[in-house]
Amino acid sequence: MSRPVTDGGREMIATKHPLDPMIRAERLPNIWCPGCGIGIVLAAYVNALTKSTKPHEKNVCISGIGCTGRIAGYLNLDTYHTTHGRAIPFATGMAVAKPDLEVFVIAGDGDISTIGGNHLIHAARRNVDINVIMVNNFNYGMTGGQHGATTPLNARTHTSPYGNVESPFNVPYLVSAAGASFVARWTALHVIQVTKAIKRMMEIKGFAFLEVLSPCPPTYGEYNGYPAALDMMKHFRERSVVDNGADLSTVSVATGADDRIVVGNFVDRKRPSYDELLTELQARTGKKSGALTEA
Amino acid sequence: MKKMLTGNSSAAWGARISDVDYVCAYPITPQTEIVETLSSWVNKGALKARFVNFESEHSMFAAAGAASLTGARVFTCSSSQGLIYGLEMLYSIAGWRAPLVLVNVSRGLGMPMILQVEHGDVLATRDSGFIQLHAENCQEVLDLVLLGYKIAEDSNVMLPVVVNMDGFVLSFARQTVDIPQREAVEKFLPRYSHPRPLLGLESAPVTYGPTTSDGFVYSFYKYQLHKASLESRKVFQTAAQEFFKIFSRRHHAVEAEMTEDADYIFLVTNSYSSNVRAGVRSLRAKGEKVGMVKLKMLRPFPREELAEVLSQAKAVAVFEQNLAPGRGAIIYPEIAEALYHSQERPDVLLSFIGGLGGTPLGMPEMEYMLKKCKEFLKTGHGPEQPLLLYRSEDWESMKHSLSKTGLPVSREVS
Ligand code: SF4
Repeated sequence: MSRPVTDGGREMIATKHPLDPMIRAERLPNIWCPGCGIGIVLAAYVNALTKSTKPHEKNVCISGIGCTGRIAGYLNLDTYHTTHGRAIPFATGMAVAKPDLEVFVIAGDGDISTIGGNHLIHAARRNVDINVIMVNNFNYGMTGGQHGATTPLNARTHTSPYGNVESPFNVPYLVSAAGASFVARWTALHVIQVTKAIKRMMEIKGFAFLEVLSPCPPTYGEYNGYPAALDMMKHFRERSVVDNGADLSTVSVATGADDRIVVGNFVDRKRPSYDELLTELQARTGKKSGALTEA
Repeated sequence: MKKMLTGNSSAAWGARISDVDYVCAYPITPQTEIVETLSSWVNKGALKARFVNFESEHSMFAAAGAASLTGARVFTCSSSQGLIYGLEMLYSIAGWRAPLVLVNVSRGLGMPMILQVEHGDVLATRDSGFIQLHAENCQEVLDLVLLGYKIAEDSNVMLPVVVNMDGFVLSFARQTVDIPQREAVEKFLPRYSHPRPLLGLESAPVTYGPTTSDGFVYSFYKYQLHKASLESRKVFQTAAQEFFKIFSRRHHAVEAEMTEDADYIFLVTNSYSSNVRAGVRSLRAKGEKVGMVKLKMLRPFPREELAEVLSQAKAVAVFEQNLAPGRGAIIYPEIAEALYHSQERPDVLLSFIGGLGGTPLGMPEMEYMLKKCKEFLKTGHGPEQPLLLYRSEDWESMKHSLSKTGLPVSREVS
């Protein structure tokens, strides 16, 4: 795909973007709003992919439903746009059946922590060999801005115009407690750190989880004091604190002007991955023949 | 009070004037506007209900059923994948005899994902025990919510009701809707009191949904549910008469128009009924003896009423917006069964599938259906399988896709 760019007022035609081979450029422009952070996550993932030593056909990307869910349709990879909340079990099935695949789930907070929250904790508990990137925009963006399990207390959305009365999940804390091998949080402003975290996730054996806080100007932003494209990014720049060793019980996210946002690569530990456990189990039981005559 | 309302706001108004106590919500396109409207009214104090946005439709339905058993008047709504995700709970809610109202905004199911209308979602719930009512327009959405509570809460019924409206066609279309006054609604729909509420202090403790390993007990409860559902036909009739007296709008389980002298009858449900009506009128103007039947109540299935109105015609064309793989159309066999036991029945009963994903239904489709009925009548033979309706430009693309995949290039689903 060719896109016009300017060079000192002179229009030039760029015939190729460096990431074009990994993108279904014919499907552009994408559906995301100006100022949305999802495209940044897509680019970070693609950047990490280009550095990966795994052949592309061994990389798969699975998404759920919602704005982030659309990522699957823009990637020039084998991708799967699953149902709402079910991206993680889909990925589990794929990773267990084909352990040589590098399986990524990229989906929104509604998908991963709300309607699919049960699957999130169970995949972390099993330490399944998948990588989950949760783009957290604090609400359901695709349906126009309703509150979910990550909406901060008192935040306003179309279904909590009075201010949200429910406490949100502190997702890194939850996923860490459930047993994930790798847990990180960055924002859409931290492009380099996000890309590096994704690369690290590719190396991790077991469940790797990355939360990327993302602006959503027309819905969450509009309702909560960040209506313009750059407002939330400015907030991320001013209020983010990098603390890799943070006590995760204290890293809940709120978006008030004075709230700190703790980011970092919080957990990077060795736990037996689900694939290792299953391989070991098979080694133990595999000596037996699979013949039906045997009890 | 008359207002221009979308189908979604009309559903929300239905809940508001029914004075619901509890709204169980989860967003999904094209339904979300209903729960947003209700939560904004809760915010303004215009609706004194508790509003909870759940983590999924499955939990939303579970909570809705439980609340309804405590004696609260409960409203909930969903669409497509969300409805199906909660399907397990729908069977339970019906089994608990929890008289809530659920509005479904119909949208296609499964892959590929689509946001526009198809009736596979609501029809998948047809055997759950829910009473099922289908709305043609925004006014009917509101009316059927009121009628829904009236029937559901009747002590001879005590069953949940699903009111269906078409996604986009109704959900986002504005039409004039007459919103009844609160006093009139109170007369029609007095405060709900559950005859034996869960947690009712005066009543002895009760257990809902215990296990039985006795087939007799299981079949007894299922049969009781079936009888209650059948009973709701009478209750609907009486409620509809009362509704007419108070609000001056008529509702019937089966609505026949221009059928007295009709040789050909088109049968339809939901919002495309308006298109069929316009088509039938045009065909009438050209001298064709055509009529239409709108099926407003899908469950319980109004067999006798249908048999009576359809049996006089020479040919009946059943138009449906669903495609059940391995079956064809879902409602058609039920119509065939309704007619099978009639002394007199049409010589021709054809099945047409169209409007999937919101594809149009207009004069070309009406003329095509009529032509097929006439051909069959004349020659004595015709398609035994459903015919797919396509506009010529869609049909060209469809033919191209069919030939590319090696499937037979035919409108007949065979
Ligand atoms: S609604 Fe929010 S999350 Fe969705 S595309 Fe727009 S900015 Fe992004």
